[in-house]
Amino acid sequence: MQLFFQHLINALQWGSFYALIALGYSMVYGILMLFNFAHGDIFMVGAYIGFGVATALAALAALSALALPNWVILVLTILIAMYLTSFVGMLVERIGYRPLREAPRASAAITGLMIGIILETGNLAILGAQRIRFPSLIKTQVYDIGGVVVTNKKIMIVVVSLVLMLALNEFIKRTRWGMAMRAMAFDYVVIPLMGVPLNTIASLTFALGSALAAAAGILFAVAYPVLDPYIGITYGWKAFVAAILGGRGSVKGACLAGFLLGFIEIFVGAYLSSSLRDLIAYSIILLILVFRPHGFFGEPHSAKLRL
Amino acid sequence: MANDTSVSAKGGSTRFGRLRAYVADVPLLAWLLGGLVAVLLEQTVGDTLADLVGLPKVPVLFGCMIMLKEPTLIPSALIFVALVYGAPILLLGKLMARPGNWMADRMTSWPIAIPVVLHLVLLYAIMHFWADVSLYRMLTLRLTLIAIMLTLSLNLINGYMGEFSCSHPGFMALGAYAASAVMVLFFVNDRLFGEALLPEYLGPFIFPAALVLGGIVAALGALLIAIPSFKTRGDYLAIISLAFLFIVKSLFENLQFLGGARGIKGQPDYADLPTVFCWTVLCIWIINNFVRSTMGKALNAVRDDEMAAEAMTVNTRFTKMVAFLFAAFWAGIAGGLFAHTVRFINPGTFDLKRLAELLAMVYFGGLNSVYGSIVGAVSINLLGEMLRPLALYKWIVIPLLLILVMIYRPTGLVAFKEFDVRKLIQSKRKPEDEV
Repeated sequence: MQLFFQHLINALQWGSFYALIALGYSMVYGILMLFNFAHGDIFMVGAYIGFGVATALAALAALSALALPNWVILVLTILIAMYLTSFVGMLVERIGYRPLREAPRASAAITGLMIGIILETGNLAILGAQRIRFPSLIKTQVYDIGGVVVTNKKIMIVVVSLVLMLALNEFIKRTRWGMAMRAMAFDYVVIPLMGVPLNTIASLTFALGSALAAAAGILFAVAYPVLDPYIGITYGWKAFVAAILGGRGSVKGACLAGFLLGFIEIFVGAYLSSSLRDLIAYSIILLILVFRPHGFFGEPHSAKLRL
Repeated sequence: MANDTSVSAKGGSTRFGRLRAYVADVPLLAWLLGGLVAVLLEQTVGDTLADLVGLPKVPVLFGCMIMLKEPTLIPSALIFVALVYGAPILLLGKLMARPGNWMADRMTSWPIAIPVVLHLVLLYAIMHFWADVSLYRMLTLRLTLIAIMLTLSLNLINGYMGEFSCSHPGFMALGAYAASAVMVLFFVNDRLFGEALLPEYLGPFIFPAALVLGGIVAALGALLIAIPSFKTRGDYLAIISLAFLFIVKSLFENLQFLGGARGIKGQPDYADLPTVFCWTVLCIWIINNFVRSTMGKALNAVRDDEMAAEAMTVNTRFTKMVAFLFAAFWAGIAGGLFAHTVRFINPGTFDLKRLAELLAMVYFGGLNSVYGSIVGAVSINLLGEMLRPLALYKWIVIPLLLILVMIYRPTGLVAFKEFDVRKLIQSKRKPEDEV
């Protein structure tokens, strides 16, 4: 039983990365009906920006003898990296998606895919092939709760992810911008005629998604400090599956599906064999989609698709 | 014909347009003869000529690699390419235009098979002599031909059917593994499968059957995707096929009797140029006939408006299933050929990177078009090889190119163009000449 709870906590942490990344996919898919295949690489870029910001902040703190506590640096890193990465997301939208708004959606998906490859290669070209180590900003503290080992990092990762998800949910539910986004998801052909600016909303969607991806990237780097340029392609595509599994544009669904994917992966790895992880995880997802083709919270869209 | 001349006359003001108008009356037959002479020329006097213009050896891929590696050799490489390829093709094409047109006119009264086979033999001869120069060329050419099959079959789903399938590397893997397992089991003394079970002279006869078996296995795999995803219209094919790709890759990693993560190596070398060429021609022929058939037209109708198609008595689900399985079948065959060309496969061969490459080829060349598939597969493949000296930056240049194509021609370079063999090989004589 202890072991079970141990895996549960690991799964919560693992699932929160998927959930945070999946949110970005899901929002873009919900609002613009696009597969943003560059999103996984935005997650990677976010982690690297976080690395840069954290290193710079730590050096700055050491130089000016400000004696900033490390957790302040971490919080600042997350905030600054989220801010910076949101511009990367907006740039991707501006270059890769906006010129193709009238084009078939699949073409836009291809530009996204290509931008992802460029981001990856660009990273390799700039930083070289060696992996980098994310500075360890907070010391690992181990708590033993009834035989279940919990570290402060795990708690922080899960709590920060949940806070971000709730914040996003509130933003979409309660603000005017959020209302505009929901309206756009309802019909992005008619709503712009009502005076809601489509381009601004598209930028906002990409910015929000990228900021969440950056947060996921930094949290990922806190848990697994060794970064390489391929984390985007490895985890991003899996999160994409989770996003669609959650249902079109559903924040709840994306989070749930992300956590579900994390749970399956961790538990299969723990109780069966880690080499069977993908096989079982995607077989389960395939089965779910057979019975619920529109995902957990998606509604069948009857509107004609522009494919 | 009238259409062709008007197009060339319209573009006549630019230099390219003038060139086009100049060669407008050259039939395919004359071009092929020119090409044949060019490759023969390269084989006989290529070395001497390369020496003469100061190149270390005959440029492998039209001088591109040499030009990128050593910019000082750019003029020599250009001279070489112009002398060996440009001049003979252009001159001979123009010279042979009249006899070629006469021949093409004569052949219109013959059964279509004869001129087609004649053209194919010429085309094969060009490829044969071109690839004879080096093993590298041979490998590149075979992989390019296989890429054409893959692109065309993916185009069937993404272009003609208008869905977005991500599972093509998975079908490729199924075909590759099935064909490799059969061939290695029967004809190779191997650590994985033990002694060869059949004498070696049977190999070339079993090989096509092994490929077809690979195709059938891939089609059965496709059935797993097709049943759930074509129940509803929407983007669920994309996601189900992606999950399928992950499943297939993971499955082969776990099947220890198929080599697990290490894969299968040492496939017998049966996928030589004639074999690959024949399969590619067969693939183009059959798929082209498929998309021009009633079924293919129904498929286009389903893409444009599923509800209207349904109202017009098209059995949409059946049509989509057939096309999907058909595409998977050809992807499986291409996968088998791929495995026997590279002679080493492991689950990592069929990853997301291959998916990106295949999608790039389809969308670069053009949706809903056989020409487009050929153009896309050939250009992305050759570009990939030609830009090899750029190393890492190759993967910035090619995606940028593709983004530009997508922005300016969202459906690809040669999209929605019908592939008509008769039109391709007909005489290009201008109408006024006949009077």
